[in-house]
Amino acid sequence: MAVSVDLTVIWAFIIAFAVFAYVVMDGFDLGIGILFPSIEVGVERDRAMNAIAPVWDGNETWLVLGGGGLFAAFPLAYAVLLPATYPLIIAMLLGLVFRGVAFEFRWRDPRHRPFWDWAFFGGSLVAAMSQGMTLGAMLQGITVVDRSYAGSWFDWLTPYTLLTGAGTVAGYALLGACWLVWKTSGKCQLHAYRMARYACGITVALMGAVSLYNVFLRPEYESRWLSAPEIYYAWPVPIITVFLAAWLWRSLWRGREVLPFWLGISLFAMGMVGLGLTIWPNVVPPSLTIWDAAAPARSQIFMLVGVAITMPLILAYTFWAYWVFRGKVGDEGYH
Amino acid sequence: MFEGLDALLLARAQFAFTVSFHFIFPSFSIGLASYLAVLEGMWLWTGRERYLDLFRFWLKIFAIAFAMGVVSGIVMSYQFGTNWSVFSDRAGPVIGPLMAYEVLTAFFLEAGFLGVMLFGMERVGRKLHFAATLMVALGTFISAFWILSVNSWMHTPTGFEMGANGQFLPGDSWLEIIFNPSFPYRLVHTGIAAYLTTALVVGGVGAWHLLKDRTNKQARTMFSMAMGMVVVVAPIQIFAGDMHGLNTLEHQPAKVMAMEGHFESHPGGAPLILFGVPDSEEETVHYAVEIPKLSSLILKHDLDAPLAGLDTIPRDERPPVEVVFWSFRIMVGLGFAMLGLGLWSLLARVKGRLFEWSWLHRAAVLMGPAGFVAVIAGWFTTEVGRQPYTIYGLLRTEDSASPLAAPALGASLTAFVLIYFAVFGVGVWYILRLMSATPHSHEPAMQRGDQGPIRTAGITPGPAQQDLPAETSDTPPMEEERD
Ligand code: HDD
Ligand code: HEM
Ligand code: HEM
Repeated sequence: MAVSVDLTVIWAFIIAFAVFAYVVMDGFDLGIGILFPSIEVGVERDRAMNAIAPVWDGNETWLVLGGGGLFAAFPLAYAVLLPATYPLIIAMLLGLVFRGVAFEFRWRDPRHRPFWDWAFFGGSLVAAMSQGMTLGAMLQGITVVDRSYAGSWFDWLTPYTLLTGAGTVAGYALLGACWLVWKTSGKCQLHAYRMARYACGITVALMGAVSLYNVFLRPEYESRWLSAPEIYYAWPVPIITVFLAAWLWRSLWRGREVLPFWLGISLFAMGMVGLGLTIWPNVVPPSLTIWDAAAPARSQIFMLVGVAITMPLILAYTFWAYWVFRGKVGDEGYH
Repeated sequence: MFEGLDALLLARAQFAFTVSFHFIFPSFSIGLASYLAVLEGMWLWTGRERYLDLFRFWLKIFAIAFAMGVVSGIVMSYQFGTNWSVFSDRAGPVIGPLMAYEVLTAFFLEAGFLGVMLFGMERVGRKLHFAATLMVALGTFISAFWILSVNSWMHTPTGFEMGANGQFLPGDSWLEIIFNPSFPYRLVHTGIAAYLTTALVVGGVGAWHLLKDRTNKQARTMFSMAMGMVVVVAPIQIFAGDMHGLNTLEHQPAKVMAMEGHFESHPGGAPLILFGVPDSEEETVHYAVEIPKLSSLILKHDLDAPLAGLDTIPRDERPPVEVVFWSFRIMVGLGFAMLGLGLWSLLARVKGRLFEWSWLHRAAVLMGPAGFVAVIAGWFTTEVGRQPYTIYGLLRTEDSASPLAAPALGASLTAFVLIYFAVFGVGVWYILRLMSATPHSHEPAMQRGDQGPIRTAGITPGPAQQDLPAETSDTPPMEEERD
């Protein structure tokens, strides 16, 4: 048993890493979708699109790893979460359909470009909102009886989940704007700075609201955040977050180009750490721990071998693909 | 609105709809990725500009097909949990890892190199670009490997143990799970199906342009390459299908009985029913046109070998005969039609009339979409034929479903149908438009830049844009072609 306990923890971290990679990577390209209507039609929009065209597919693959990894490593969690949040998942998938095809379709058909631009925006918004709400639905707790979902059909729709949804939308917009700050120049970049500042303010406010709500959401969360000894290792998280937010704010006013994006990512990282501290060791609060939901050790070992071999390669060629398209969009003599 | 309907039926309809739609794109992109790799390789090898033109022509089409494959595939990876949560919980320990391997070894590979393949030619140089194209092609194939292994395990489950909590748990050897008995056959048959489908599409497009202009060099090359592929691959596919059928007879006899329409057992040699109208209520095939004893010959290699019929299978374990019977005949019929087309083109080639014989070109245009129909028909045979089980003999479909109510499933099914037809319909329309644009020398490249990634003109096949000057070709032309 000892072996499988450790493996399960490792797998929890791997899934958390996949989710985090997804959130920040697809986060910035969904964020550009969310900001799309604010971007001027014409060259500016084309540039914004080009800033992500070569990488969006790779970014989205982390979603498949998150979902597929959950299926493989924690099948029971996958089997409970998806029916519990069914309408959100379907909405997310359909949103991703619209925005995914918009990447190609808008260039194919200039006459209907305005339509595909709206599809790109709408799809990104719906996907981001549903992802945030799914997270909220999970945090507020899911009723499980006899290895399957036993709540009612609209459990996922509460003020809390709306708040987490809105927070995710704002956070993605922040990442998207910071990415544009990095990848563009001139007017486009000035616009991105402005958007990044708005998004930064809103994101930080919503993060604070969600965190406060969180503490009082379930009794076990409250004890985790407000009573000793947990409080000693829990509290650095919000303190560092506030510090990072202030630094991000400053870097945006100072016209830094690359730093804001990385600070945006570290804000998300802190959010993730906070989340982990809140629900640990559950994977589906309040009743399923990671050990309840885990696949047997044989499955975990087999996949761990795969991850150990492929993950360094994946990271290497993903980095290479980003490297190939480094620099400002439109800098070079493309026509 | 959906209260009267059975949630299980809706869940099945939704899964069948989304997966069938999804598979249309891979069956084209697997083949096309390899075709692109061949074209680029030929260009690097021979230096002939014509191959680069063709590469660029098909790359734009590939980009759209691939995007649609990706978004419909992401839907699939969540459909297991949304529609078949009990199945996911119970089979997850066995098939989950295989699907995780698919993500790790295939999806990342495809997606990671796709950007470079589409937009990176000027950034990385020819050799590295070719490597990226090869990686994308390899990725599509690895993807087929894993997902077909998963699917085959559900047909012929091996190498597992039953857990106390009702889960299927992996046994000692993963190889036994991955290389389950029907997997090699399914991989070969489906893999070839993808190449055949692509060859028919390429051939159809080539033929279409030959009908407009016999002298078009790019169209000639396309048509010749595609017909060569068809004539080689179609017979192999028929042979592979036959082997697959024998394997199925061994592991899922009820499916073969349904394909053959054998309601009764035939102790003294079974006839091959060519056509007829099966009727599972009355357990008979009306108006059957049959050849005596041929079925025994095909399946047992002996005219008088006895063959059991569906009367040996309890009623609640029989697959729906009508669907399986018809879809099987559609696939096999098209398989022979493809063989016919291949042989005709061979004859034309031998007589030196490959580019002149317009009836051959018309037939090739007509057969252009045949691969897709055959592929979907084949999957219907396979999947409907294994009913009423999702894990053959062990887990029934009705016991696999999620605890969802009919209205939720009905609403999402409606949304899927409307959106898929609208969005993918438009995508297919764009593909058709690209296909109908005459391929020409100095085909413009896919680009990302101020005027838009793909970019440059020549996307919309307006006559004014078709003769774009060479200025749009961003790769320095290699030596001019002479022939
Ligand atoms: C024989 C081949 C085959 C079959 C049977 C399936 N697929 Fe597929 N799939 C592919 C071959 C493929 C591919 C060739 O790898 C695709 C098509 C176009 C593409 O982008 O990759 C793909 C894309 C694709 C993606 C997007 C990958 C990405 O982000 O790049 C996902 C998540 C899935 N598929 C999942 C599934 C699931 C869950 C299936 C079963 C129900 C399934 N596919 C059947
Ligand atoms: C891509 C090609 C595929 C096509 C066209 C296809 C088609 C179908 C169809 C038509 C059904 C409905 C059968 C019925 O309900 O009577 C079905 C069911 C099913 N298939 Fe496939 N399938 C494909 C691939 C796969 C793969 C790769 C898997 C597994 C990894 C899979 C797993 C299932 C499951 C779990 C069901 C549910 C049982 C059911 O609906 O009856 N399919 N498929
Ligand atoms: C004419 C000769 C053919 C024969 C005898 C044949 C035979 C078969 C059989 C017996 C199956 C069912 C396997 C099972 O038990 O699950 C099958 C499935 C299938 N067939 Fe064919 N087939 C032929 C042609 C084709 C063609 C031309 C295509 C496509 C271009 C095709 C594509 C498929 C696909 C995609 C499947 C489902 C996946 C699988 O189970 O392999 N087949 N075929």
